[in-house]
Amino acid sequence: MANIDIVNKGLQKRYRAEKRFRLYGICAIVASLVFLAFLFISIGANGYTAFQQTFVRLTIYFDPTILGEANDRENIASANFPGIVKKSLSEMFPEVTSRGDKRLLNSLISSGASYTVRDMVIKNPELVGQTYQVWVPADDDVDMLIKGHIERGVNESERRLNDKQVSWIEKLERDGNIEKRFNTIFFTAGDSREPELAGVWGAVVGSFFTMLVTLALSFPIGVAAAIYLEEFAKKNRWTDIIEVNINNLAAVPSIVFGLLGLAVFLNFLGMPRSAPIVGGLVMTLMTLPVIIIASRAALKSVPPSIREAALGVGASQMQMVVHHVLPLALPGMLTGAIIGMARALGETAPLLMIGMVAFIVDIPSGFTDPSTALPVQIFLWADSPERGFLEKTSAAIMVLLTFLIAMNALAVILRKKFEKRW
Amino acid sequence: MRGKKFLKGLGVAAALTFGAITFSGNAVADSARDYINVVGSSTVYPFSTVVAEQFGKTSGFKTPKIESTGTGGGMKLFCSGVGVQHPDIANASRRMKKSECETCEKNGVTDILEVKIGYDGIVIANSKKSAPMNITRKELFLALAANVPEPGGAESVVPNPYKTWKDVNPALPAVKIEVLGPPPTSGTRDAFVELVMEVGGSSFPWIKALEKSDKDKFKSICHTVREDGAYIEAGENDNLIVQKLDANPNAFGIFGFSFLDQNADKIQGIPVEGVTPVFESIADGKYSVSRSLYFYVKKAHADVIPGMKEFLKEFSSEKAWGNDGYLSEKGLIPMQDDERKSFSADVEALKKLSCGDL
Repeated sequence: MANIDIVNKGLQKRYRAEKRFRLYGICAIVASLVFLAFLFISIGANGYTAFQQTFVRLTIYFDPTILGEANDRENIASANFPGIVKKSLSEMFPEVTSRGDKRLLNSLISSGASYTVRDMVIKNPELVGQTYQVWVPADDDVDMLIKGHIERGVNESERRLNDKQVSWIEKLERDGNIEKRFNTIFFTAGDSREPELAGVWGAVVGSFFTMLVTLALSFPIGVAAAIYLEEFAKKNRWTDIIEVNINNLAAVPSIVFGLLGLAVFLNFLGMPRSAPIVGGLVMTLMTLPVIIIASRAALKSVPPSIREAALGVGASQMQMVVHHVLPLALPGMLTGAIIGMARALGETAPLLMIGMVAFIVDIPSGFTDPSTALPVQIFLWADSPERGFLEKTSAAIMVLLTFLIAMNALAVILRKKFEKRW
Repeated sequence: MRGKKFLKGLGVAAALTFGAITFSGNAVADSARDYINVVGSSTVYPFSTVVAEQFGKTSGFKTPKIESTGTGGGMKLFCSGVGVQHPDIANASRRMKKSECETCEKNGVTDILEVKIGYDGIVIANSKKSAPMNITRKELFLALAANVPEPGGAESVVPNPYKTWKDVNPALPAVKIEVLGPPPTSGTRDAFVELVMEVGGSSFPWIKALEKSDKDKFKSICHTVREDGAYIEAGENDNLIVQKLDANPNAFGIFGFSFLDQNADKIQGIPVEGVTPVFESIADGKYSVSRSLYFYVKKAHADVIPGMKEFLKEFSSEKAWGNDGYLSEKGLIPMQDDERKSFSADVEALKKLSCGDL
């Protein structure tokens, strides 16, 4: 048999194998795309309704007899605003008279309504004595009903609103006094136990402070370490050990850094619990190895000819690094830093150890105020019994994903724009 | 030149931030804290947070910070000492243990105020799609314990042979035993073991006798939950259990009453010994699987942390923990009138708890 016959005989089989091999690759890609699509679709489908919120229009008479004539702000803040809201509601439904029914009626309006009215009066004390139409947030149960998460058709005992309440809501609907509007509360408020009053802003600010500390510490330290190791350190056993350890640190589970933070920053240095400053320090420890590794890779990719040319015209070692190598390596370093930061932004486990997993309503105003972070907020809402938090959880995930995608896009743009290929 | 400036800037920035961070960190640790710091049970967390939010929005003080650390973890933090770096209040889904109280005393936390806030029912529930059934604690013990008394009646235990509910009691349906419940780290699990498994086990006289003679053996029989797939540890996330029950009508779930209350359209509570878990039956003590919820206050902090006394007053007010209070809307079962009165008097007087009473 000639050689060509042997080849021809196996040819079909080899073609088939080739085809199969490509098919495996396509299957793998399709599978991962399906998972990704499933994730995005389920989050999107659950969460998009959270960007709208049900509001009820009330005709509020800023009654001077209830608010008192006191014009100084101290007193007006503690006036009986819930009373004003309740009064306007009972004027809307004059047929509701019994105590029990009134309670049911009042429970249609969020407890946040009185804060809306209070803030209006504090901002503009002239309102006292006048009548205005005000849109106030509805209770989360009403919100769920309007959005269709609670069905109207089912038996009264199987939903959280009884038939009477549903009939009142339907009356409000007929009169155009109830509508879904863009949910600004979600983007401006801190955490709350009432789904209709809960927002992500407190968590976003907490994440921002934490990331600021992380960036301010990990980038300079990481870059300096990388430059020394790459450009100045002699290659010997010590630098080998350091290199191996840095690579190991990059793979350490993040909870370990949380434990370290608890032991060193909280217990030894006595820093405050739940503060972004400690969160930032812990995240710094976590992102440092990532940044060092990326920065060293960026420095390595600068061709030796640049260094030799600089040294050849009489530059010192430091001038060579600072004037020539660093500017060329910087885009790569920034990319590494951004990816490290994106990882830190999505991290909860270490924050658990240092007390940042907590119920915090006030928006943090500094590095030492108690605060949470975005992924922590998601975790806390996912664990809340109220139905309204289900969509809030998905919406918060969308906000977090938006930040992550934006950061990764920034890394890509930086690389595309500034990176030099040799 | 640009690069040089950059490097200088980098160094200066790093030095400055590091200095600023160490400085501000220490500064805060030394100065007074202006918000209340609460730690402890994840069961009390939903109630504590509602009061905190209400307090923060109406009183003019900062909103208290509440961490859900679990009862045991909270006690550890609470008892670690007196001073602003330690928490002021610890939430607990059980009474403080004597050993915890002694640790507290050793660390200088001698003046503690104990406040009971109400009750929480633990419910066994299944999907509304499946038929309702009645169950006893003995049946639950037989279905869920890793080792059960030998079916023949001998005074020894065998690995749990029961596959379906019918095997446990012929009156029950022939459905595979499938129960989703909390993991051992959870306070709900502790309470379930104590209120259901121990009681169910004690319905056998010889096991009950063990409680006195051989406490370790008693514990190993009653506290060990089977691991052959009939009991599924569903994590701390009770919402997940509700979703799984909705998808699988044959499964049962174990969780706090507030989750049943919020999801009454999807799941139903199973009557235990003929008593359905509803608000009223837990409040008057007829429903047996319920526990008391507490919080503990460090009296030494009452005058140091702004708003402490006002927060306690808010928590013990009728509009919060009363029969029609906002906590009952969140699923807390209020105490009887006279019990509430006596505890709010304790709060008023900052009555001291002595370890001997525990």
